[in-house]
Amino acid sequence: MRYETVIGLEVHLQLDTQTKAFCGCANRFGSSPNSQTCPVCLGFPGSLPVLNEKAFLHAIKVALALGCKIQDLIKFDRKNYYYPDLPKNYQISQYDMPLSYDGRIDIKVDGKDKLIRIKRVHMEEDAGKLVHPEGASHSLVDYNRAGTPLLEIVTEPDLSSPEEAYEYLTKLKSILGYLKVSDCDMEKGSLRCDANISIRPAGEKTLGTKVEVKNMNSFKNVRQALEHEEKRQAEAVEDKVKIVQETRLWDPDRGVTVSMRSKEEAQDYRYFPEPDLVPFVVDKRVIEDIRSALPELPEARRARFMDEFALPEYDASVLTADIDTAEYFEESARVSGKAKIVANWIMGDMAAMSNARNIGIRELGLSAGSLASIIKMIDSGAISGKIAKEVLNDAIETKKDPEEIVRLKGLTQISDGGQIETAVAAVLAKNEKSVKDYKDGKKNALTFLVGQVMKETKGKANPALVNEILKKKLGE
Amino acid sequence: MDNLYSQTARALKEAMANDGLDPRKILDQLFNRIAAVDSRIKAFVLVNKNAAQVKTGGALSGIPVVVKDNICVKGEDTTCASKILKGFKPPNDATVVRKLKEAGAVLMGKANMDEFAFGSSCETSCYGPTHNPWDLERIPGGSSGGSAAAVAGDEAIMALGSDTGGSIRQPASLCGVVGLKPTYGRVSRYGLIAFASSLDQIGPITKDVTDSAILLGAIAGHDEMDSTSVDIPVPDYTKALVNDVKGLRIGVPKEYFIKGIDRDVQESVKRAIEIYKDLGAVVVDISLPHTEYAVSAYYIIGPAEASSNLARFDGVQYGLRAEDAKDLIDMYIKTRSKGFGNEAKRRILLGTYCLSSGYYDAYYLKAQKVRTRIKEDFEKAFKACDCIATPTTPTPAFKIGEKANDPLSMYLSDIFTIPANLAGLPGISIPCGFSSGNLPIGLQIIAKPFAEETIFRAAYTFEQNTDFHKKRPAL
Repeated sequence: MRYETVIGLEVHLQLDTQTKAFCGCANRFGSSPNSQTCPVCLGFPGSLPVLNEKAFLHAIKVALALGCKIQDLIKFDRKNYYYPDLPKNYQISQYDMPLSYDGRIDIKVDGKDKLIRIKRVHMEEDAGKLVHPEGASHSLVDYNRAGTPLLEIVTEPDLSSPEEAYEYLTKLKSILGYLKVSDCDMEKGSLRCDANISIRPAGEKTLGTKVEVKNMNSFKNVRQALEHEEKRQAEAVEDKVKIVQETRLWDPDRGVTVSMRSKEEAQDYRYFPEPDLVPFVVDKRVIEDIRSALPELPEARRARFMDEFALPEYDASVLTADIDTAEYFEESARVSGKAKIVANWIMGDMAAMSNARNIGIRELGLSAGSLASIIKMIDSGAISGKIAKEVLNDAIETKKDPEEIVRLKGLTQISDGGQIETAVAAVLAKNEKSVKDYKDGKKNALTFLVGQVMKETKGKANPALVNEILKKKLGE
Repeated sequence: MDNLYSQTARALKEAMANDGLDPRKILDQLFNRIAAVDSRIKAFVLVNKNAAQVKTGGALSGIPVVVKDNICVKGEDTTCASKILKGFKPPNDATVVRKLKEAGAVLMGKANMDEFAFGSSCETSCYGPTHNPWDLERIPGGSSGGSAAAVAGDEAIMALGSDTGGSIRQPASLCGVVGLKPTYGRVSRYGLIAFASSLDQIGPITKDVTDSAILLGAIAGHDEMDSTSVDIPVPDYTKALVNDVKGLRIGVPKEYFIKGIDRDVQESVKRAIEIYKDLGAVVVDISLPHTEYAVSAYYIIGPAEASSNLARFDGVQYGLRAEDAKDLIDMYIKTRSKGFGNEAKRRILLGTYCLSSGYYDAYYLKAQKVRTRIKEDFEKAFKACDCIATPTTPTPAFKIGEKANDPLSMYLSDIFTIPANLAGLPGISIPCGFSSGNLPIGLQIIAKPFAEETIFRAAYTFEQNTDFHKKRPAL
């Protein structure tokens, strides 16, 4: 039988604020355990939460960027459950009245556009972290993370494949990056994703039994886990095994999902309105101010890049996926005036280098001016495209000015016919067989000979000139 | 000045200002008094012999104040009279404590209470019961029973209590002192260990209305640390102390004079209302029709919030931790089984049940609707009157042990005080008579939100024209 897959995603996003959601402690990653805490985020008796306005405004910003409606009355609720990393044994969250709802993200999979509805975006606080010292019979708790402002972004079950889930996450991360509200680093846990997935016979209207999948710490993990789960569920149905509503953990090493708890063991969170925080109405003007101050988002920027820089859609999409790349491109394109060439460099060599180093394009440390000067040197014929790659690499490694690198290393392209003729003569003398091959009609011998001349000139010879002179000499 | 311990703060302030009274003397006399009588009353859970004045020239400079054991005092045991918090020393002062210190008050100790403020008799304390100074075989009321008994027994000049369903007014009534529950939001709750966050409010327990106004003035005001505290200016409450109720419209709700109310209580309160009439007040018959549902709603909302507020006492960070636990769940179970008393367990169970999936609508939500109705009752009533006079409690103090095993009858002793908490209104209890057995009887006066001045005017006038507040128990 053919099945169709139904997926909904829940993303937890740590907001990048100076202080925590409900107290004045620094919201900082990587400090020594329990150093970023106070009676409030430790849930000490008598302490009370006070909402961090900045975190709330960030939340509104995200909600508006995702096209959500904002709730008229903002209210918080308590989600009650016991766990040692949760200092009060309840989490301040939002239940029946999330601060925003009914948003959307548009994705493109296999060339087709698809709308993914955002069901809700709500605010809550993060928990601490358990630490399990190796070999010890006890566990320790680090509350530094407790009280960090979180957004939960929940989709409707609109995703129909693991690939769509991947694309959705990529797009979401791209938008969040533009908003500069979070570093969206899954490895650090500042962005986390849980998935609900079910299958049903193709064409069937009612939903199948859903399974929640957790513990996926990269977008690739999400895709793999969902691919596995999709297959597992289909096989179960084929084998007439009933799919149970449960939570399963992704085991990245084995590439499988493992049952964690069934619905019967599911918690009753006993939500009720948080009495320590007074419900409040957000001034419509505040919302409109945030809306009008929203930055240009990836899609708008892509359209503008196509229009303003005459870029192909593919290039514009790649360059706008990440805010840093988009800004770097735009700056470099303006400085050099050669948008398409800048795009090629960024998408080619520079992307390769930043990927290899696992850093962002800005962190390569090549200024827009430096990139422009490399492009200018190629354009004027001062260096060859091949040498340019070497200069780019050097400039990134040594942080030196590209023109200075060319000067110091003597990389200026040889466009002097006399010098090239000398090199050609030397090469022809050493490669009689290739000369003969060429004359016998094996035209690819020319490519070899060009290569030899380039080698003789340490890559500095103007390739066009080398070609021309070689052909002339071989024709004699 | 003789017997400094029996004086009011106002009188002591005057003696310090005019006669050069050394504030150290007040403390010394109080410590002696405590040594003499507290073995019988047991109002204190902690006496701070090193207490010292930190500031001169403040509104309460040199005046010793006792605080209930659920109010955090930095570095001093704050236990809510519960085994589960034994040894807990808060890292910070509650906002009210900070304000008291800034006003020059001397934090002389912690008063006994019902465990986590769950009770109306002070019997659920892990330290054992406090005794009523008027009759040591009787309860002082609760949950702020230690605070009320200390003031009534002249072991303290003034005290702070907390009131969730009557926990300041009821013991004040049963001990013959003045107890005020301010409007919800008037006083910061930061540092008050929460029972029911939407109902709790800290307030003064004093020997007279003047001291009540002085102490409220010192602790009231908006606090950035408490989002539920309200940002409206704090008036000089002592200016409201005028001996004049001419034209003041006092509402008397028929629902508060019900079957089962003690005859002496009913007569004393009715006489008090007559006194007001004689003083020129206009007495108006009013109705608060949803009063009968208040206790039920309260015993859903209060425990629901408490079940969540008390979840943090799990043995992980502070207080008691069971030693012999096999694993995490076992540690939770053993710690909480051992640490909480029966009434705390009862309320946690009750609250957990009411919030559970499938029961929430029938209990919690319904109770919130009742709460709204009760609030509306008062709003309607206040169109016809400026304040409302009722008995504070249906009976005078009962005997220790009398209701300890009958929680429902115990819960009913807060029947007249609970509505003001549900509606967030200010209410005071002032002495208005004595029973045939020489037990104090209290008159409750309730006013509109933030109309504490109306309450002080009415209460002060009554006090100026009667002598009930001057009587002291024989100890």
